[in-house]
Amino acid sequence: MSSETKQILTTDGIPLEVSLKKAERKNKIKAFLLVAPLLFFLIITYVFPIGDMLFRSVDDKMVTQMLPKTFKAMETWDGQELPDEEVFAAFHEDFIKLVEDKREGKLSTQLNYTKNGFKSIIKKLRRKSKTFEEGNYKEQIMSVHKRWADVEYWRAIKRRAPEFTSQKYLKGMDMYVNEEGKIVSVEEDRRIHRVLWLRTLEIAFFVTVFCFLMAYPIAHLLATLPMKYSNLLMICVLLPFWTSLLVRTASWMILLQQQGIVNDFFVGIGLVADDNRPEMMYNKTGSYVAMTQILLPFMVLPLYSVMKTISPSLMRAGKSLGGTPFVAFWKVYFPLTIPGIGAGCLLVFILAIGYYITPALVGGASGTLISNQIAFHMKSTLDWSFASAMGLMLLSGVLVIYWLYNKIVGIDNIKLG
Amino acid sequence: MSVNKEFVKFDKVDKSYDGKVLVVKDLQLDIAEGEFITMLGPSGSGKTTCLMMLAGFETPTNGEIYLDGNAISSIPPHKRGIGMVFQNYALFPHMTVYENLAFPLRVRKIPKDEADKKIDKALSMVSLQGFASRMPGQLSGGQQQRVAVARSLVFDPQLVLMDEPLGALDKNLRESMQYEIKHIHESIGVTVVYVTHDQSEALTMSNRIAVFNDGKVQQLSSPDELYEKPVNSFVAEFIGENNTFTGEVSEISDQKCKVKLSNAEIMANPISVKSKGEKTKVSLRPERALINPKDKMDNIHNGKIEEVIYHGDHTRVRINLLGNPEFILKVPNSSANLDIKLGNEIKIGWNSEDARALDPK
Repeated sequence: MSSETKQILTTDGIPLEVSLKKAERKNKIKAFLLVAPLLFFLIITYVFPIGDMLFRSVDDKMVTQMLPKTFKAMETWDGQELPDEEVFAAFHEDFIKLVEDKREGKLSTQLNYTKNGFKSIIKKLRRKSKTFEEGNYKEQIMSVHKRWADVEYWRAIKRRAPEFTSQKYLKGMDMYVNEEGKIVSVEEDRRIHRVLWLRTLEIAFFVTVFCFLMAYPIAHLLATLPMKYSNLLMICVLLPFWTSLLVRTASWMILLQQQGIVNDFFVGIGLVADDNRPEMMYNKTGSYVAMTQILLPFMVLPLYSVMKTISPSLMRAGKSLGGTPFVAFWKVYFPLTIPGIGAGCLLVFILAIGYYITPALVGGASGTLISNQIAFHMKSTLDWSFASAMGLMLLSGVLVIYWLYNKIVGIDNIKLG
Repeated sequence: MSVNKEFVKFDKVDKSYDGKVLVVKDLQLDIAEGEFITMLGPSGSGKTTCLMMLAGFETPTNGEIYLDGNAISSIPPHKRGIGMVFQNYALFPHMTVYENLAFPLRVRKIPKDEADKKIDKALSMVSLQGFASRMPGQLSGGQQQRVAVARSLVFDPQLVLMDEPLGALDKNLRESMQYEIKHIHESIGVTVVYVTHDQSEALTMSNRIAVFNDGKVQQLSSPDELYEKPVNSFVAEFIGENNTFTGEVSEISDQKCKVKLSNAEIMANPISVKSKGEKTKVSLRPERALINPKDKMDNIHNGKIEEVIYHGDHTRVRINLLGNPEFILKVPNSSANLDIKLGNEIKIGWNSEDARALDPK
C-alpha cells in the first residue's frame, strides 16, 4: 500500500510530491517575502540588541584585555600572600601601555566596581609611575600607596581575570563573590535589590488583582449591554489609550498630591483633617492607583472579547435548570471566562513588572520598581552591564511566569481577542 | 384523578418592552397537564416572549401567569422548576455530557447514586448511552440537541419549554428528532410548551397549536382542525398551502354563500361573513380541488395549465382559474395519469363546504 502511494504520478508523469513542492514553492517564497521586512526589522531592532545586552551582562573582557601580562603572571599565584616581583613587573608593563593609550581611567572604573578604593590609588600610580626606575617594581609600586601593599587589592584584580563573569547577576541579587571565592550576601543594610525585586513582584501582583477586580464587571457590562450603550462605554475604556502616558500620570499627580483634588475632597466631606492630609503619592499607594488605572484596558479588552462569545442563553440555562444566579455565574459563566482572565492577568502582570514612567513619577522612594533601578544604572552610573544583567533577570522572570502559566492554565487557552 | 385543565394559565397577559408597542396582547391561554402545545407563528409574533415569560426571563407587563394554580410572576426562574431547551441548545461547553446532566441534580442536592440513575435514564431516553464522558463540542448537532432535551428532563420537571430546538438541524435530522421528542413526550407524559415557526413541525408533534400573530393568539386548536378549519385568513395562509379568491358576498344562507369575483361566481362556506355585500377571501386547500371531478360538485370551472412542476410523489400544477393565476393543484403521480400538459384547458371542481369564506384582510 505504502509503496503504491509513493508511486503516485501526476498525469505528466512527474512524481506527485515533486510536483506539489514545485507548485507550493511560489507560495512559500511569497509568504516569506511578505514577512521578510518585519523579520529583518525584528532581528535588527530586537534580537540583535537583546543578544548584545545579554552578552554585555556577562562580558568581562575589558579588564582581561587591559591587563594581559598581569593575568598571565598571576596564573601561578595562589592568592595567599602578596604576589611576587614577576606579577608586579607584568602589571607595571601593562599599566604603562594603558597610560600611553590614556585608558588607565577605564581600568580604575572597572576595578572600582570590584573593590572600592581603586580609583585614587590608580591615579596616584599614574603620577608616580613616570618617575619609576627599572627593576624591583614590587617595592616601587607598594610605596605609592599602602593599598598597593594590601593583598586584598591584588586578589580583587585577579578576580577580574576571567573573560566572563556572573558577578553582575550576583550583584542584582545583592550577592557577591568574597575573597575566598564563595558566593555570599552583602550586609543587610546594603541589600537594596532584593527589596526592589520583591516590591516589583508585589506591586505587579496587586495591580493585577486590582485590575481584575475592576475590569471583570466592566467587561461583563460591555459584553451584555445593548450596542449603543456598550459602544459608549467602550470608548470610555479606550479613551486613556488615546492620551499620552505622561499626561495620564501627571494628572494622577494633580489628583493625588497632598494639596490635590482627592485630598481636598476628603477634607471637604470631613473624612480627614485639613492638617493631616494622607500622602497618596510618592509612595506605594501612588504606584498602585496610577498603574491600575493605566493598565486597566489591558485587562478589560481580553475579558470583553471572551465574554462577548459567551451566549447569554448559557446563564439562562443555568438558571432554568435550578441554579441560583450565583451558582449559574460561578459554575457556568466564570469558568468560561478563564481564558480571558488568564490573558488579561498575564498581560497586566508582565506589563506591570517592567513598568517605568509611572512609578518613577508617582512612586517616590517606596514606590519605585526594579525598572527604575535599571534606568538609574543606564543613565547615571553608566554601568550598562549591570543594567542589562538586571534587565535579563527581569526577562527571565517573565519567561518563568509565562512557563508556569502555560503549565497551569495552558497557553492555548489564552484569548486576546 | 382528573387531568388539570389549567395546569398553565396565561391570564390577560400583556407584554411591552418599550412602553409603546405591545408584543403580547391580552393573552388568554390554558394548557392542560400532559399536553403538548405548540406556539406557532412568524418571527416577531410574540411566541418566544410568551415562553420567556413562562420561564421567568421576562416579566409580564400586565396580567398573571399561573402554574398549577400558583401565580408565578414573582418567582425567579431557578425556583420555577421548569425544564427548558434552548434554540442553540445552551449546553455548558466546559462540562462533559454527564456534568451537564448532573448540573440540575447537583443544585437540587440529589445524592450521587440517585443522580447517576436519573442521568442514565435520561441518556437512554435519548439513546445516548455511552456518551456521558464526551464534551458537547465533540458531539454532532443532533446529539447536542438530544443532550439538551435529556438535560431539561433529567430533574423530572412537570413542564418543559422548548424554544425552536430543531431550528439548527438539517431537514432529515429535524424530522427524526420531531418523532423522537413526540415519543418522549408520550412515554413520560410531561407537559410540553413548544415554540416554532415551522408549521410542519407544529402539525406533526402537537396536541394543540396556538397560532400567534401580532401578539395575539389567532387560533388555538388541534392540528387537523387548524388545517382543515382555519378561522381566519391569516391562519389559512400561514398553515399549509392555500388557494384564495377575493370577492364580495352576493347571496348568503346558513350553509352556503355565493361570492362574486371579478368575472365569475363561486359557492363557498360562510365562516366569518355574516351578510350580503361583505368583502371576503375564500380559502381552498389545493388537495380539495379535483381535476375532471366525477362526483357532483357545486363548483366546477375551467382553467388553463400555466406550469407543471414534478415533485416525485406528486405533481404541482399551477392553473389560471377564474382570474387567479396562482391556483395550485396537487396531483398524485399514479399510473393512470391525467392529461396534464402545459397550456391544456381542464375542468376543476370542489365542494362549497371546503371553500371557506373568511375575513378579507
